[in-house]
Amino acid sequence: MTVRERLRQNISAAFYRHGLLCASYPVPIILFTSASILTCCYPLLKLPLPGTGPVEFTTGVRDYSTPSHESQGDLSERPDWYRGPPVAYIQQVLVKAAVSPWDNSLVPVDVFRSPLGRVFSVLEEIRNHVYTDRSLEALCLQVTDLLPGLRRMQAVLPEHGCLLVSPGNYWQNRRDLFDADPDLLKTVHQHEPKGLHTSATLKDLLFGVPGKQTGVNLYSKKRVVTYTITIALSSYDARFVASLRARLKQLHPSANCTLREDHMVHVHFKEEIGIAELIPLVTTYIILFAYIYFSTRKIDMVKSKWGLALAAVVTVLSSLLMSVGLCTLFGLTPTLNGGEIFPYLVVVIGLENVLVLTKSVVSTPVDLEVKLRIAQGLSNESWSIMKNMATELCIILIGYFTFVPAIQEFCLFAVVGLVSDFFLQMFFFTTVLSIDIRRMELADLNRRLPAEAGMPPPKPGPLRPRETPPPPRPSPHTITLQAPAFRNLRLPKRLRVVYFLARTRLAQRIIMVGTVIWIGILVYTDPAGLRTFLAAQVSEQSPLGEAGLPPHLGVAPVFPGGDPTSTLSGLPAPEPTPLPENQSQGHRAAHPEVAPVSSPQITWGPEDEELWRRLSFRHWPSLFSYYNITLAKRYISILPVIPVTLHLSPQEAIDTRHPQDTHHAPPPIPIPGGGWTGISRETCFAGAHARMVAALGLFAGVVLVLLLFCLYRVLCPRNYGQNGVPHGRRRRGDLPCDEYGYSPPISEISPLLLRGHSMDIECLASDGMLLASCCLVGHIRVWDAQTGDCLTVIPNNGGCWEHRDGWDHISACEAESLLGADFREPGGGAVGGQDVDIFPIRRRTTPARPALFGDQPDLTPLIDTNFGLSPPSQALSSSGFDFGGLVEKAYQEHEPSPTLAFPPSPPASQQRRRSLGDQPVLPPELPPQNNGDWDSSVWAMELRGNLIATGRSSGKLELWDAVEGSLRCSNEDGVSGITALAFLNNRIVAARLNGSLDFFTVEITKPLGLLQYRGRGSLPPSPCYSSEDVISCQLTRSVQCAHQKPITVLKAAAGRVVTGSQDHTVRVYRLEDSCCLFTLQGHSGGITAIYIDQTMVLASGGQDGTICVWDVLTGSRVSHVYGHRGDVTSLVCTTSCIISSGLDDLICIWDRSTGIKLYSIQQEVGCGASLGVISESLLVTGGQGCVSFWDLNYGDLLQTVYLGQSSEGQSVRQLLVLDNAAIVCDFGSELSLVYVPSVLEKLD
Amino acid sequence: MPRLEEHCWSCSCSASVKTQELSSARWVVCKTAEMMSIITSVLSHAYGSLHSLQSANLIRRGLVLFIVGVVLALVLNLLQIQRNVTLFPEEVLDTLFSSAWWIPLCCGTAAAVVGLLYPCLDQHLGEPHKFKREWASVTRCIAVFVGINHASAKLDFANNVQLSLTLAALSLGLWWTFDRSRSGFGLGLTTAFLATLIAQLLVYNGIYQYTSPDFLYVRSWLPCIFFSGGVTVGNIGRQLAMVCKLTNDKFSFCI
Repeated sequence: MTVRERLRQNISAAFYRHGLLCASYPVPIILFTSASILTCCYPLLKLPLPGTGPVEFTTGVRDYSTPSHESQGDLSERPDWYRGPPVAYIQQVLVKAAVSPWDNSLVPVDVFRSPLGRVFSVLEEIRNHVYTDRSLEALCLQVTDLLPGLRRMQAVLPEHGCLLVSPGNYWQNRRDLFDADPDLLKTVHQHEPKGLHTSATLKDLLFGVPGKQTGVNLYSKKRVVTYTITIALSSYDARFVASLRARLKQLHPSANCTLREDHMVHVHFKEEIGIAELIPLVTTYIILFAYIYFSTRKIDMVKSKWGLALAAVVTVLSSLLMSVGLCTLFGLTPTLNGGEIFPYLVVVIGLENVLVLTKSVVSTPVDLEVKLRIAQGLSNESWSIMKNMATELCIILIGYFTFVPAIQEFCLFAVVGLVSDFFLQMFFFTTVLSIDIRRMELADLNRRLPAEAGMPPPKPGPLRPRETPPPPRPSPHTITLQAPAFRNLRLPKRLRVVYFLARTRLAQRIIMVGTVIWIGILVYTDPAGLRTFLAAQVSEQSPLGEAGLPPHLGVAPVFPGGDPTSTLSGLPAPEPTPLPENQSQGHRAAHPEVAPVSSPQITWGPEDEELWRRLSFRHWPSLFSYYNITLAKRYISILPVIPVTLHLSPQEAIDTRHPQDTHHAPPPIPIPGGGWTGISRETCFAGAHARMVAALGLFAGVVLVLLLFCLYRVLCPRNYGQNGVPHGRRRRGDLPCDEYGYSPPISEISPLLLRGHSMDIECLASDGMLLASCCLVGHIRVWDAQTGDCLTVIPNNGGCWEHRDGWDHISACEAESLLGADFREPGGGAVGGQDVDIFPIRRRTTPARPALFGDQPDLTPLIDTNFGLSPPSQALSSSGFDFGGLVEKAYQEHEPSPTLAFPPSPPASQQRRRSLGDQPVLPPELPPQNNGDWDSSVWAMELRGNLIATGRSSGKLELWDAVEGSLRCSNEDGVSGITALAFLNNRIVAARLNGSLDFFTVEITKPLGLLQYRGRGSLPPSPCYSSEDVISCQLTRSVQCAHQKPITVLKAAAGRVVTGSQDHTVRVYRLEDSCCLFTLQGHSGGITAIYIDQTMVLASGGQDGTICVWDVLTGSRVSHVYGHRGDVTSLVCTTSCIISSGLDDLICIWDRSTGIKLYSIQQEVGCGASLGVISESLLVTGGQGCVSFWDLNYGDLLQTVYLGQSSEGQSVRQLLVLDNAAIVCDFGSELSLVYVPSVLEKLD
Repeated sequence: MPRLEEHCWSCSCSASVKTQELSSARWVVCKTAEMMSIITSVLSHAYGSLHSLQSANLIRRGLVLFIVGVVLALVLNLLQIQRNVTLFPEEVLDTLFSSAWWIPLCCGTAAAVVGLLYPCLDQHLGEPHKFKREWASVTRCIAVFVGINHASAKLDFANNVQLSLTLAALSLGLWWTFDRSRSGFGLGLTTAFLATLIAQLLVYNGIYQYTSPDFLYVRSWLPCIFFSGGVTVGNIGRQLAMVCKLTNDKFSFCI
């Protein structure tokens, strides 16, 4: 175990150092890596290109002997397939025939009828040729039956005999049939396939030359008919062939024929890939693409996803190339079909490590230096990477010992690939990642700057005298309120387009679909051109290949003196002709449009030497496959062609005419350039072909796209919880509506608006039955949590009245207009509407509830809340208008009406009456004057039973009776403002601004000794204090300097008090004896959120974006995750997961036991702060004027409830979950009570 | 017909009033109408429950799994046909799409059943499968499965025992790499056993044929293929179940 630990440490340290190195010198390392990749791939240049095109090898005819089966070591230039006898030797007799001189009395049919007719005599000659008692019958390749599927070709192709094909086969090699045939063209074309054809056609097979060159059509301009007689020989007898050649040349001498006759070409055919093999291949590639897609999709939280995905793919691919290259270097030649095993290799090597690396690096604390982040991320994952790699190597090694050659080779490749992949990951990918992270941080910096600029600067200034916000109110709200408008203003259109593309990943998907379509088209249309091109490339590369090439490279087309074989028969060799003329003639023959002669001329050029090259590369395989002879992995030898020239006289042509020829054929077109109809027909035909291919391709493409789209819809109907990106992208104001047009019913839940506060609500406290809220002015209202009725109003008794001199005069004009004592609500739109734009805190003139507030004088119009339009109050305060009298009068007029809601309370009636109205608000911009206890504002509030504990900025702790609204007790022991309160059982803990922590005990002296409990059974016992009790609040202990810096969070549960401070620490105290149990250190920023519950789960989140889970019993850190870019704003735990929200508007859900992020929900800007968990699986979040309910298990949005009609601009900042499945949230100056029974039912 | 309906209406609504007028024919009509209404209500109930999310999900998943099974069967059969492992009476492509039409369908059905069984079993055993739950892993699993098939069809082994052993090791590796759950293993084994049995029966009855059978009537590596196929399809099924759960509460889109 210790060895393992040590190993682990060493590995992790090594990775750490390596990460530092990579991040420090990115450019040299990338250069080094690229160089090594190129070096390792260099041996690949020697490998032949993959492809199934035939490979050629050329030898001389003269010293040819059948290669033996054993490989000879010395013949290194011989390809390894050149062993043993070939399947067949192909001897072609190339016949060129023409009627010359041509005269106008001839009909077009004459162009080919009599030339074709001569094939029978030539055939006869060949068949009967005997050389020293060897006949063709003995030498030729004997074939048996055709394949059963080729019945229709039975009449045409030879069976049971020599494989000897010529155009004469159309007429069963019988002259009489030929002569009786009224329409030769029809006979020739009747076997042609209709529509598209990919392999060799019967016409090609029989004529042995490409269809266009035969000259067998009515509109031929050259009037030369070309065809071959193809003989397949099973054994090679040089003398027989030579004598045949000599004999034919003697009979039909070809003038100026200079064909080279000294080379034979051996053509090796690879295994043919048919459609049956292509389908599995394509399937594996589709699976591979899907794998890559699904893998790279997981790359998250980086600057450029594309770049990293590309880097990941490059890593894997180049590691494969490197492995092949290295294997080749060390002498192992790949025998496997590379295209087939490639997907499996990629899948075996996998992209997992790369993703794990990215994730690990990204989840390191963001405030670290880039170098350190990379190093830390690497070292975090080092052990698992090494372990995985060792496992994979083991598995592959096991595979190596199966002793199956193919598997062994695969394993060898995989091992080398794995190692080189590891190398590339470590050097290439890590460096790319470091560059990316650096870029992201730069971009982050740029992005944050404007947000800071958009903040109202005087946050700690005199307008808001606090320096530390109370716990549930993190500072970011000032940012988030302004951010959307800011963003909308600054975002140019093209950026929005880019964002849209990035969001929907349109390009990614299009490329996926495009690739698949491309593959599909490749499968559909035969890539013959590509393959011949490849084949040409291969032959070019082969060492002797240039001999087999058509002599474009200036190889002399003339061989003086003829070939030596012709001397055998002692016959005169063809006369050599001068070079220049010959060449020009050859060219002329190649370009028929420059042949103006009316009389056809038969010319022999270098292009005739190897006319079979122009045939389809499937020509020979298909010919042999008709007889069930496969050429796959075998070769044939093609002997030099024998030229035969036939000149026919016009009389001969006329003699061989069929009587129908003259009827049938139109009179010849006498125009010299009369080939236009033929040409146009030809081009028409080609055009139709092209159109057909295009249309079919298009159709197939469309079908594929539709199919893929359907599959995509079926497979990934919507977003997943893992990325959750589209969740939050709902446009504000729109109804939440998914792609299928289904929007969850919103009428089901209607929020209950609790109105009454005139200012934004500051603190919110509840114990399930009652609900206490406190607004900025300091008014506390107590509501019934069930019905939403306002039970009590505890006004901020002091302060405002004394200050009226300071601000009342502002509203002079409006106050005057109201002097008619009109207490009804003036449709507050005018007043309320204007100030919205100016103040971040929105003030609404709320329509008061008649039942509750009808008895109060409405003084709304007395206040001009439109401060932005009026001159600053300080400047005017010297004028000293006093409108107090006006207001007083209004009150006195109102006095007779009975007050229903408020029972008499201890403060003096004058004071109470003055403060009855909640409208005389203290504008927050005015600094409260230090006048007694009342001026200080409430910073913290807690509610237990019917006692409200409030902590004020003056350091005073007050206990109010929630029902009666009377002050029961107060404690002024501390002077520093109370930032947070916890009220548990009969203890109150107050955290102060100076970092001290005070423990109070609430003592109740009961006259009757009754202690009744109210509330539900599940509630913690909250004693109900009757009004007769005397309640006193004693400071039991004060922990000075509990923290070095202000305490930001205070939570109490399960007999523990947990405080979090800006000094980066969390402290745990025992409630009973206020003893500090632990100081928890682990954050690198101030603590912003803490969660503790009855089950002693403690989690804390800090400004550094980290979330720590602690064991309260031992004080040890259970897990530590980096979750947010920016502060963690709130934190809630359920039994299985932790939910956190951060300044980055992301809500992350973590597995509590493992600390693994399950998924995250992207919120709108500025909405991520408030969270609540209603049940184990129901999460509620606040948004812009709405609250959203999420299914916690899957991250699915269940419902969004809009709180008001005009939801713009108001965000829910605090959210409280009550026990009766209701949630309370503040909504500007209103409270919203939302019951969610329907959601609960739906979940159950 | 309208009259008939009218009668039904009248008799069902005010049967007591017109009791004496009811002829037997009318009574029959009435009863039929009642029966019809009962049947209709039952059917509509069934249809409604069909429309409920659970079964919609189930059908959707089953459909996807069926398609996957069909495609895999076609592709893998092509692989085997190339090597002439399986024999069909006619030519290759004709066979694949016409005379052996039932093979892909059977495979698809089997895939749907197995793929739906896996998450169901997980749920019933109470041990949710959490190992590598993501599409990338599932795709990888499919690729490896196709690779195993490829190997069985294309590689030249010394003898059948070696081939079978290699494939068995590969299948186990597949299970270990992508599943690692006991229920997955058990269900895979069951699938392999049943499928092999069915294949034996089919071959015994002459519907199907293997070249050079070495394990009763079939090839000895067939159980390995079935096992890994079961694990693969189970993986897909679990992932689909998870994704479908993520997207439930919305209306289904398949139906």
